[in-house]
Amino acid sequence: MTLGFYPGCSLKGSSREYAESVLAVAEAFDIHLEEIKDWNCCGATAAHNMNKELSLALPARILSLAEKQGLTELVVPCAACYSRLTVTKHELSENPALKAVVTEANDLAYTGSVNVLNIVQMLDKYIIPNLEGKVVKPFDHKVACYYGCLLVRPHEILKFDREEDPQSMDALMLKAGATPIDWAFKTECCGAGLSVSRTSSVGRLSGKIMGDAKDRGAEAIIVACPMCHSNLDMRRDAINSYLGEKVDIPVLYITQAIGLAIGLDRKTLGLQRHFVKVSV
Amino acid sequence: MSKIGVFVCHCGENISSTVDCEKVAATVGKYDGVAFSVDYKYMCSDPGQSIIKNAIAEKGLTGVVVAACSPRMHEPTFRKVCAEAGLNPYMCEMANLREHCSWVHEKGEATTEKAIDLVRILVEKVKYNQSLNSIKVPVTKTALVIGGGIAGIQASLDIANTGHKVILIEKDPSIGGHMSQLSETFPTLDCSQCILTPRMVEVAQHPNITLYTYAELESLEGFIGNFKAKIRKKSKSLDEKLCTGCGLCTTKCPTKKIPSEFNEGLGNRTAIYVPFPQAVPNKPVIDRIHCTYYTKGKCKICEKVCPTGAIRFDQEDQIVEVEVGAIVVATGFAVKRPDFFPEYGYGKYADVITGLQFERLASASGPTLGEIRRPSDGKIPEKIVFLACAGSRDPAKGIPYCSKICCMYIAKHAMLYQHKVHSGKSYVFYMDIRAGGKMYEEFVRRAIEDDGVNYIRGRVSKIYEKNGKLIVSGVDTLLNAMPVEIEADMVVLATAGVANEGAEELAQKLHISYDPYKFFAEAHPKLKPVETNTGGIFLAGSCQAPRDIPESVAMASGAAVKVAGLFSQDELTREPIIAVVNRQAAPVYSSCVGCFLCVSACPYQAIEKEEIKNRTGDLIKSIAKVNPGLCQGCGTCVAFCRTKSIDIQGYTHEQMYSEVMALLNEY
Repeated sequence: MTLGFYPGCSLKGSSREYAESVLAVAEAFDIHLEEIKDWNCCGATAAHNMNKELSLALPARILSLAEKQGLTELVVPCAACYSRLTVTKHELSENPALKAVVTEANDLAYTGSVNVLNIVQMLDKYIIPNLEGKVVKPFDHKVACYYGCLLVRPHEILKFDREEDPQSMDALMLKAGATPIDWAFKTECCGAGLSVSRTSSVGRLSGKIMGDAKDRGAEAIIVACPMCHSNLDMRRDAINSYLGEKVDIPVLYITQAIGLAIGLDRKTLGLQRHFVKVSV
Repeated sequence: MSKIGVFVCHCGENISSTVDCEKVAATVGKYDGVAFSVDYKYMCSDPGQSIIKNAIAEKGLTGVVVAACSPRMHEPTFRKVCAEAGLNPYMCEMANLREHCSWVHEKGEATTEKAIDLVRILVEKVKYNQSLNSIKVPVTKTALVIGGGIAGIQASLDIANTGHKVILIEKDPSIGGHMSQLSETFPTLDCSQCILTPRMVEVAQHPNITLYTYAELESLEGFIGNFKAKIRKKSKSLDEKLCTGCGLCTTKCPTKKIPSEFNEGLGNRTAIYVPFPQAVPNKPVIDRIHCTYYTKGKCKICEKVCPTGAIRFDQEDQIVEVEVGAIVVATGFAVKRPDFFPEYGYGKYADVITGLQFERLASASGPTLGEIRRPSDGKIPEKIVFLACAGSRDPAKGIPYCSKICCMYIAKHAMLYQHKVHSGKSYVFYMDIRAGGKMYEEFVRRAIEDDGVNYIRGRVSKIYEKNGKLIVSGVDTLLNAMPVEIEADMVVLATAGVANEGAEELAQKLHISYDPYKFFAEAHPKLKPVETNTGGIFLAGSCQAPRDIPESVAMASGAAVKVAGLFSQDELTREPIIAVVNRQAAPVYSSCVGCFLCVSACPYQAIEKEEIKNRTGDLIKSIAKVNPGLCQGCGTCVAFCRTKSIDIQGYTHEQMYSEVMALLNEY
């Protein structure tokens, strides 16, 4: 089967291993991920802080292109892209006037027919039902599933999982043989874009997350967002200096963890690309 | 030829600010059959009423249209005016120019045109109105009170003290309701049990009150003055006449680890149990879900130890049928279980509790005998945090309303804690402090200023456990949204007050309406706060909206007065707005063909078969017949009737068609 695939900027750059693991896991289950042709930036944080129409036109163009390509479902692994695309769908379905403005700006037909899936939804819908029997090496570790801010918020629009104390990744990891821990920082802010401008703040915010995961005995942190990953992995020095100790818990994309469980090669999953050595 | 009078009211400025009332009166005055037409500032006032009366007398009016507010507001007023002037009251109709026109439209030509249309259709209707006579029905002077909390207790006592009989039913094994669970009460800190339990005893001993505990309403039929209620007395597995309430069975019962409902799960009870020592009646029931005999087939220890042989394992539920004239619904409220707050960890952390659980901890009759000890390890908490609005005023959680009682009980809780644990520190996270009420604001100030409770304006985002402490992570909005973290030993959530489970079902049984939150709806938010839209059924206490004790009691007394007023009459007058099956001369007798679709359609079982026989007793025809005593005039049968043989009096087919034609025809 074929599903649409919108990688967004991160998956082509700093989180290439996310893209690699998503594609590898999909392939293992005979799912072809068809990339949107001529895709553009989702607008990220910048667009919706500056110009509302632009912030909707950019994701709308991606959705229009997906429609044009004849796709009905679009996998969007980045939590920020997923949020922008879903919010756009919601806003345009609620506001026909805005839809007209956006359609005209893009000069592309937009009907809103494409179903947007984040990675957790994609795994839950297409991978998990066929997972049993494929697990050759259960991911037998205590894991802290970290959802971050965008994957489950705002609930009124996404209608996905519980806004506070979400459970969907925990359920998936349980199926992959892991033991998800009960912890307190599932949806706390990692510091996000302050990564560049105020690294010390990221050290503090991500440090609290890392500290709680460590205190509760996590052997790996599981994420589904490139931003979360880069802050928890790449900014480990800042985190460790906040914590005042060396914490070497690896941070894995959920697709990497599931990839390991079904016996995919570590290099195929891009595990060597992490700053913190993936020892699990 | 009809002689109709039209009376257009300005309703102060309510109508005249957008509708040209003079033009309405002048235009309508020219229509066929209109003999008199006038406008006036306040038609419902004494001079306004005189205008109508004089016009009826002087012009010999045969019908009246008052163009004013909703008939729900003043139809009875104007019908009475007509009756006083010698016109049959049912020859009076109201055109609703206020709610249906002036309030919902801008000022302008079109608005006035619509007002004229509204009046015209009523003018055409009145031409076909017929004199009707009200229906007299007897009154059964016994009241049914549903719910034995403070509201139900107060209503029962008040009604019983006017000399009328009361049947009080309570679903739990004892009366007392939530109030019996409370420790002290705001704003006076008098002990809840001390002021409540004497009332409970009074109920049990009152000669005019029949008390059925462990009983629920099964079904209700009938109408104001003449209800028939079926009450399900759930089996207590006990012969109450033989039981002396010695309590031996409850001490010997081997199933001892059932979470006590009365103690909100903070203590245990046995399978045969009295909910609390001051219960009324002070006799046990067997909880069949947990009792070893019912689950495993053997035990019967209670039967063996009972000195009077009162245990009845084979006792079945009993249905009691009663006739009552009025009903007071006082079924109270529930506290929202905070499971929908995963971020606050209720259920996950033993020391995160609800306000009602705190009441039990603070109560002298509670599991800790009034010492504030936390559930997990029984230690006295050194730091305690109270969270107001746990669910309330939070549209994201589906409860946009204010639960009203929490601000006050949190102040009380914090105060009680400070009085009992002098070295302790208490914090309250709040959105606003809503302390409207006599001595309420002063009470909250006392908590803050005299007892040193720390009030923090802001919300809490999450609570989690770390190193044996509950970390309460919130924000202080008065300090420029500064994040606040408190390491607490115990957290109390003021969870929202919500409608009782089963409220919807009960409302449907009673044919009363309820709001989107499933609280029962009053007939008018200001002027009929204890009435429902169903005649003879009244509301008291928190089943209508979250209420504190003084309000519940006041409401209960209000409802009791309404019942007493109803019972002061020997006969009630009912509106003759009921269905009738037409009758004609022989040989047709009626256009009814006897299909009896209406019988199955009628929600009130008000339609029966009538057999028309000739002189020798041979059956000529079976037709439908409406029992005027039972018919509520809902009109369902009219819609079902295939031969248009049923009409609602006052809303006949002829009248409806004339209204429609008045709109379609040119004038």
